[in-house]
Amino acid sequence: MPDGAAPVLAVRGLRTVFRTRGGEIHAVNDVSFHLERGELLGVVGESGSGKSVTMMSLIGLLPMPPAEIRAGTVMLGDQDLLRITPDALRDVRGAKVGFVFQDPMTSLNPVFNVGFQIAEPLRRHMGLTKAQAADRAVELLELVGIPDARKRLGDYPHQFSGGMRQRVMIAIALACDPDVLIADEPTTALDVTIQAQILELVKELRQKLGMAIIWITHDLGVIAGIADRVMVMYGGQVVEQAPVKDLFANPQHPYTRALLKTIPSLTGARADRLQVIEGQPPIMTAAPTACAFRDRCTHRFARCDAENPQRRSLDARPVGFGHDVACHWTPEAADA
Amino acid sequence: MLTYTLRRLLLAIPTLLLISLVIFFLVDLAPGSPASEIPLTVPPDVRAKILESMGINQPVYVRYLLWLKQFFYVEPLNGIDALFGTSFADGMQRIISYQTRGPVFSLIGERIPQTLKVIGTAYLVGVLIAVPIGIYSAYRQYSWFDQAGTLLAMIGFSVPTFFSGTLLIIIFSVMLGWFPTKYDTTLVVTDWASFVKQIKQMTLPVMTLGLANAAAISRYMRSSMLENMGHDYVRTARAKGMSERTVVLKHVLRNSMIPVVTVIALGIPSIFGGAIITENLFGVNGIGSALIGAIHGNDLPMVQTLAFIFAILIVLFNLIADVLYGLLDPRIRYD
Ligand SMILES: Nc1ncnc2c1ncn2[C@@H]1O[C@H](COP(=O)(O)OP(=O)(O)O)[C@@H](O)[C@H]1O
Ligand SMILES: [Mg+2]
Repeated sequence: MPDGAAPVLAVRGLRTVFRTRGGEIHAVNDVSFHLERGELLGVVGESGSGKSVTMMSLIGLLPMPPAEIRAGTVMLGDQDLLRITPDALRDVRGAKVGFVFQDPMTSLNPVFNVGFQIAEPLRRHMGLTKAQAADRAVELLELVGIPDARKRLGDYPHQFSGGMRQRVMIAIALACDPDVLIADEPTTALDVTIQAQILELVKELRQKLGMAIIWITHDLGVIAGIADRVMVMYGGQVVEQAPVKDLFANPQHPYTRALLKTIPSLTGARADRLQVIEGQPPIMTAAPTACAFRDRCTHRFARCDAENPQRRSLDARPVGFGHDVACHWTPEAADA
Repeated sequence: MLTYTLRRLLLAIPTLLLISLVIFFLVDLAPGSPASEIPLTVPPDVRAKILESMGINQPVYVRYLLWLKQFFYVEPLNGIDALFGTSFADGMQRIISYQTRGPVFSLIGERIPQTLKVIGTAYLVGVLIAVPIGIYSAYRQYSWFDQAGTLLAMIGFSVPTFFSGTLLIIIFSVMLGWFPTKYDTTLVVTDWASFVKQIKQMTLPVMTLGLANAAAISRYMRSSMLENMGHDYVRTARAKGMSERTVVLKHVLRNSMIPVVTVIALGIPSIFGGAIITENLFGVNGIGSALIGAIHGNDLPMVQTLAFIFAILIVLFNLIADVLYGLLDPRIRYD
């Protein structure tokens, strides 16, 4: 962690609520994190733990209503993205922050060719002419490893395979050379071999371009290979955060430990997730007043029902910068 | 696409032949005979001669084949003659109306411009109103605009044109006197004054039918927009920083128009056939009223020919809708 340099992105106290007919859903509860320049932050958690809603809140991609951002600051450089005008936010989206979504089969517009779809942000943010944008689109397609790039500009999304479409999505997200790339489970919808190819591509692009990346997944195995730091989410909260080595070597939260057991072992046998952690992530109908994980936790004790655990540092560094966890239980206490 | 279109055209031939057979024989079965139109004072031998000149004494299959030949061979030749001043069709028997004793197609040729002018304009107006309303209603779902649109569409759906038309006549012609109650078919536009007059007499029928059309198409547009607005590619467009205008009017609209254009194309034949009530209500002397007149007068050739023309239009516009679909949606490849 390079000390002193300002983080490229700093999120503080983010709270996002959906107001639905059945009442409120508190999808994001007091989430804070930051992203260093050039860093890759992995975000893990089962589906429904609030990863996507957190990231979409940052750049105003949630439909409002029903979504409502109740509190927080999202500093990108010296701009608070939650307090700038919609127009200013549009200048950020696609220019300074690129977004890659989960399903490449539906994320591209079926009636426009990919050349047009890549050129759109280039013309909008960088003011390129049609010809310039086409040239840059070819560059981008080559960058993400699509052969015959110039010929393929006129092709439509359905003429590409799933993996190729995700490469196109990455090309779009990187078009304007963003400071931050947010990839929301970009490989979940793809075959295992294609997943590996996309991972390789991102590693390579990171070295070439040096942007900071937030990589969302529910697979800790993927994170181990690429992340610098990991943030574990549950019930719309950050429950553990640490440099990747520390997290794998010394997981603290019972949820993190359970997730780690779901990683395939060396023999290739994959533990059944449901066997390891029974139950489902909760749907938060109110801001948490007790530990959100307690119903599924094997270490539950009285304090877990009384008080929502706050993140506490496990080393000398402040919360968010070293290894921290939001859990009342301590392995030391249990061992003693 | 071209081979697909050609194949579809070829396939249309047996379809249309079958339809023509059904139409011809069904209409032929209708009770009543043109003979009853001839006054009883006419002596029997003269009556027989008249009937013979009408070709009624022939067996039905002979009349059918003759009619087919006239429809597909003689009448097109006549059309060519009329266009280029040639004389290919000289001396050939055309399809003759029992009522007017003139060629059926001449009558249709006289009536079609009236129908196209009034009913066609109404359809166009309906589409032009419906599309923006549908787009905006979807974009601002549940807003007062959308609610008002829903209410109006419901009225447009459920109130028949003979009622809404009569209501418009009472309000705007009888009470306010802004527009004439009857459409004057003989009016020719030669100068500004007659042009204004034409616009005025078209207003009420166009409104009546246009609103009914707009009701259906705007609902269709709205639901298509709503359907597409929830798609992932819309979020992608927003994530690229595109303006709401681009997102809605380019990304969403382009996708939403695909089924709507198809529906609009499929509705075009109804311009010719479906406006019978409106034409009668306002006295527009078009195809619809020609059909009604022919049915009343037992004018079998006229009814058969008109019904068959409607059938051809329906088959044709089905084909056009399919081809348009393929042109608008790159995912569809027909070849
Ligand atoms: N449009 C929405 N309306 C209501 N609740 C929503 C909506 N989108 C997400 N949620 C809720 O927010 C929570 C977090 O969802 P999400 O961020 O998508 O999870 P993840 O990305 O970690 O799988 C879930 O409980 C989900 O039900
Ligand atoms: Mg998600």
